[in-house]
Formats: sequence, C-alpha cells, structure tokens
Amino acid sequence: MSVMGILEIIIPSAILSATPLILTALGGVLSERSGVVNIGLEGLMIIGGFIGAVFTIWFEHLGLGAASPWLSLLVAVVAGAAFSLLHGLASITFRADQVVSGVAINFLALGLTVFLVKKLYQGSGQTPYIDYRIDKTNVPILHDIPIIGPLFFSHITYTSYLAVILAVVVWYVIYKTPFGLRLRSVGEHPLAADTLGINVIRMRYIAVALSGAFGGLGGAVYVVTIATNFGPMTISGQGFLALAAMIFGKWNPLGALGAALFFGFAQSLSITGESIPFLKDIPNVFLLIAPYVLTILALAGFVGRAEPPKADGVPYIKGRR
Amino acid sequence: MKKRVLFLFAAMLVFGTVLAACGTSGGGTSNGKKDGVKVAMVTDVGGVNDKSFNQSAWEGLQKFGKDFNLKQNTDYKYLQSTSSNDYEPNLTQLIQQKYDLVFGIGYLMQNAVKNVAERNKNAHLAIVDSVVDAPNVVSINFKEEQGSFLVGVVAGLMTKTNKVGFIGGIDSALIKKFENGFKAGVKSVNPKAQIFTQYAGSFDAADKGQAIAATFYGKGADIIYHASGATGNGVFTEAKTRKKNGQNVWVIGVDRDQYDAGLPEDVTLTSMVKRVDRAVYDVSKMVKDGKFPGGKTLEFGLKDDAVGLSEHHQHIPEDVLKKVDEYKSKIISGEITPPKTDKEYKQFVANLNK
Repeated sequence: MSVMGILEIIIPSAILSATPLILTALGGVLSERSGVVNIGLEGLMIIGGFIGAVFTIWFEHLGLGAASPWLSLLVAVVAGAAFSLLHGLASITFRADQVVSGVAINFLALGLTVFLVKKLYQGSGQTPYIDYRIDKTNVPILHDIPIIGPLFFSHITYTSYLAVILAVVVWYVIYKTPFGLRLRSVGEHPLAADTLGINVIRMRYIAVALSGAFGGLGGAVYVVTIATNFGPMTISGQGFLALAAMIFGKWNPLGALGAALFFGFAQSLSITGESIPFLKDIPNVFLLIAPYVLTILALAGFVGRAEPPKADGVPYIKGRR
Repeated sequence: MKKRVLFLFAAMLVFGTVLAACGTSGGGTSNGKKDGVKVAMVTDVGGVNDKSFNQSAWEGLQKFGKDFNLKQNTDYKYLQSTSSNDYEPNLTQLIQQKYDLVFGIGYLMQNAVKNVAERNKNAHLAIVDSVVDAPNVVSINFKEEQGSFLVGVVAGLMTKTNKVGFIGGIDSALIKKFENGFKAGVKSVNPKAQIFTQYAGSFDAADKGQAIAATFYGKGADIIYHASGATGNGVFTEAKTRKKNGQNVWVIGVDRDQYDAGLPEDVTLTSMVKRVDRAVYDVSKMVKDGKFPGGKTLEFGLKDDAVGLSEHHQHIPEDVLKKVDEYKSKIISGEITPPKTDKEYKQFVANLNK
C-alpha cells in the first residue's frame, strides 16, 4: 500500500477513537482545574453511554429518525451533569476523599446501568442495537481538497469536529474569560479566591457538573458512533484513558486534545501496522503495547513534569489556612 | 474482565440484594418423582435472557423438560447469579435439592464448578465452554473449527474481491480454533483468496474492532468473520456504515445468530452458532439414561448439529449452501479434519496443494 493509502486509513480511525477521549478528558480538565479530582470519569462515561443507547432507541420509537442519536447526546449531557453532582455532594459539601468518591461513582454507574438495562429490556444483559447511528461521512466540498481532504474530511463523524471545537472553546473559557480565571483560582488557592469574594463551593459545583456533562457526552458519543449498543462491557477503561490524556496534556484543554489524538494515533498505528512494510516485521505484541510505551516515554521525557493544580484534591474549608 | 466482575459485584450488593433473595428462594424440600430425573443449571451474570449461552442453555433444558414430561421448578430449573460470588452457593443449593445434574454455564464458572465438585463428591456437575478435571464433572466443549470451516467455505465462495478477513478477540488456543478452521474453509474452496487476520487483544474494545474492520475493508476485503465478543460490535458498525455508503460488505457473526447486530443495513451474512441447547439436552439425556460421562470432556460438533450456520442466511445463494452441505458431510464422515492450531493449518494447506 502507498503511504497515502495507509495514512488515509490510520488518521480517520485515530480521530474516531480519540473523540470520546477528547470530550471526557475536557471534563476532567474542568473538574481538576477547580480543585476536584475526578477519578469518576469512567463512571460518567458509562452513564452517558447508557443514556445514549436507551434514549436513541426511545427517540427512534417516537419516530424521530436520524435526529435520535443527536437528541440522545443532549440527554446524556444533562444526565452526566446530574450524576456527577453526587460526586460534587460527597467531595465538596461533605469533604469526602475525592478519589474514594470518584471510585464510588464508577462502581455505582456500572451497577446501576446494568441493573436498569435488565429492568428495561426484559432481563437482557445489553440494550438492543440502535438503528440510527452517527456515521462516518465525507464532508461536502472539503473532502475533495487534495491530501488534507482524504485525511481530515473523509470517513469522519461530525462529533469529532464537535470535540475539537469544544476543546478550543474550553481552552478559551479557562484562559481568556473571568469565569476561567475564577475556576483556576479556586483550584490553585481557594483561600485567596474566597477572600476576593469568589464563591469557592459554587465554582467547584459548576466545574464538577460540567465534567459530568462532558463525560456523559463522551460516553454517549462512543455508543452512537462506535459500539451501537450498551452493555456492561461497552465502556471498559476509556474513562481512565481520558484521565491519562488529561494528565499527559498537563491539565490544559488543548494538551488533552493532543494527548487523546496521540493515543488514538498510537492505537490506530498498532492496528494498521501490519500493512506497513517497515512495521510488518515487528511482532504484533509490540505494536499492541506501543500506545502505552509511547505514553510512558512521553511522560518521562518529552512533555516535562506534569504538575496538577495546587489545590487539586483538597477539600475547601472556609476559614482554615 | 475480572475487574469488571468485581465492579459488578460491589454495585450489585447495593442494588441487587432483593434480586439475589428472589434467586435463592425456592422449595428446599421438594423431591420430585423418585424414578424421574432432575436437572438444573446456574447462569452466570448474563441471566437467561442474555441472547447468548445462558439463554440457549435454558432453552435446551426447557425442551428436555417438555420432551420427558418434567415439571418446571421441581424437576428442572435455573438459578440466576447476580455476581460471581453467587456461583458456588447456587451450585451447592441445587445439589442439596437433590438435582441429578447441575450445569454451570460459561467459562467464568470454571473455578466454582471445580470447588463445588471437590466438596460434593457424589454430585454430578457439568461445565459449558471450559474444562474441569474432576471425576464427577463433565466438560462440554464445541468443535468451533468445524463450524468456522463451514463459514469459511461460504466466505471463500462469496467473496467478490478474493479478499476476506478474520478478527479475533484475544490470541488464545480457543480463538485459534475459529481462525484456523475459517482459513482452512476459505482455502479449500478458493485457494487464491487472500486472508487478513488480526487480533484486537481484547473482547470488549469496539473501537479497535471498528479500526481493524476499517483497515480490512480498506484493503479490499468484502467479508469479515469475527470471533471477538463485544469487540465485534465495532466490526458491525464499520460494515453498516460502508454498506450505507454503497459498498458491498458483509460480516459473519459468532456464537449466536447475530442477525440483529447487522440491522438495519442487514450486513450479517450468517453466523457461526454454538448450540449450547443441543449439548445441554444431550448431556441431560445421558444422565436420564444412567450414563453420566463423568470426568470426560465432550466435544460437540457438526455430527451433533451443535455448531454450524445460523438460521438467518438468506443472502447465501443456493449453490453455495449446497457446497456447504457437501463439506459438512465430508467433515462428519472424517474425510476432512479442519485444523485447530497454526501447525495443523500449515499441514492442511500443504495437503491441499498436493
């Protein structure tokens, strides 16, 4: 195969598998920037995936057709936000250990969704398959551009563009708006922020709810673009991969975007590697572990120290220094 | 995988105590007919509506009950496990209720069946899709290579591009049986066909399945056979998307009839089904006839009608089906032995070329 032919396969599938990670990692960035560790991203994705499948099926029954998966994404955003408030309640109001609370979110999400799937679909272990997906398409006009057309505007879902746009939006909000400044300040030095009249508790609740919204969206996007149904195995580890992308990206939305794309690229390379002359002779197992090895190498040497926000994981107690 | 089960367990503790109570209630004193036979099964966490092994096994048991006038819940019944920690108590409970044969469904229950068998030397147990080495346990396995050979014949005859693909879950002896049987089937009818194979390294990575399928279809394959569990969902998604855009591609499903997974674009050519119901029925009957094959590993294959093409195969033309039947009888008669391992496959191809 020609180099171009290989790239035409690798790049679109890298972008496709990176999309849910980008969205979820953005959620992680928002939460942790405000000083709340969110291990619960996996659980939030599970909730989103569940809602994505169930509501797509329901909207299909209502006769909404191709709009069903898009509407279900909106529901998943709301449901993810609502579910993440549990994490907010435990870790902000009740000052529980944020890691423990996040892990609890993961437990709860999986048990709850599996239980509900069984209740909703006559004891079945998984939901039926959805009829209307968000499919890979060619973007009109743009996909005819030589070279970049086949790479970035062909065989791609619109949700991927949504993820990239949202990454830029989140970056702008965090670094260029007063809201973002407040968000960062409560994550770095909540006491100082409080003395300047910022409501730390409120900011943190908003950030956690936003992370739930993004996590839910990420899970739902995975279901409507890739898995097409929901079962206990659907989301398995993507949330943690998103967490890694967030750290890799140094808690920066654009960094997280790049890291998620990098993960997607590495995975895609490991899959298509067998068709590339140079990589063909390498045993498959090395290609399979390549994404993780590359990540470790990158973290160890190339991006420098990954430093979290100063008050990340520390509950804020008014008046205590 | 194990982590998943643990996760499930913890959460189910919170939500599922009521369900668990339902599962473990039931008459402990009922004894049924003295001369009759009592058989029961324990599902794994999938439950009897899982559209897969548990459901199939329960259908086999129900048919057995109907054919021999047994009463449900006293002579034959199932207990559902809500977590992996239910396996042993459920098995033990059924043994204490004097069931003559208790099935554990699925390889996840291997350890549970082993432990319970050791503690209850007089009990008769069976494990599906795994092997337990104990004198009072019968292990029920399938000759996946035979069924895979037949779908390989279908793929070899129906490919228009002369390129087909195989996507496996985890590279293991079990999945190798699927791969080598399939490849042998393809090569038998279409020696020039090119076969791409790749393992996703996991049974639950739909995104990898989709990426591999995209690569295969991109390289010109038009039929992909997957033996990769939920990873296969991604394969179906890719095929459906391509079919929607006018490309003529197919997927061959696995384990159960995956016709529904190919909808609405209808990309499922056929599926290689494992008829757990047949195996459960047969073993139950052996026990009824007083011939419990304890300690043995039974392999159910084409001869027992326990592997083969699914009922949904309307896209396969008549002459291809005829060819499939031809090969089926050749396998049953022993004229052809589909290979299970890479080594056997090499040998098989070498013999073909003679």
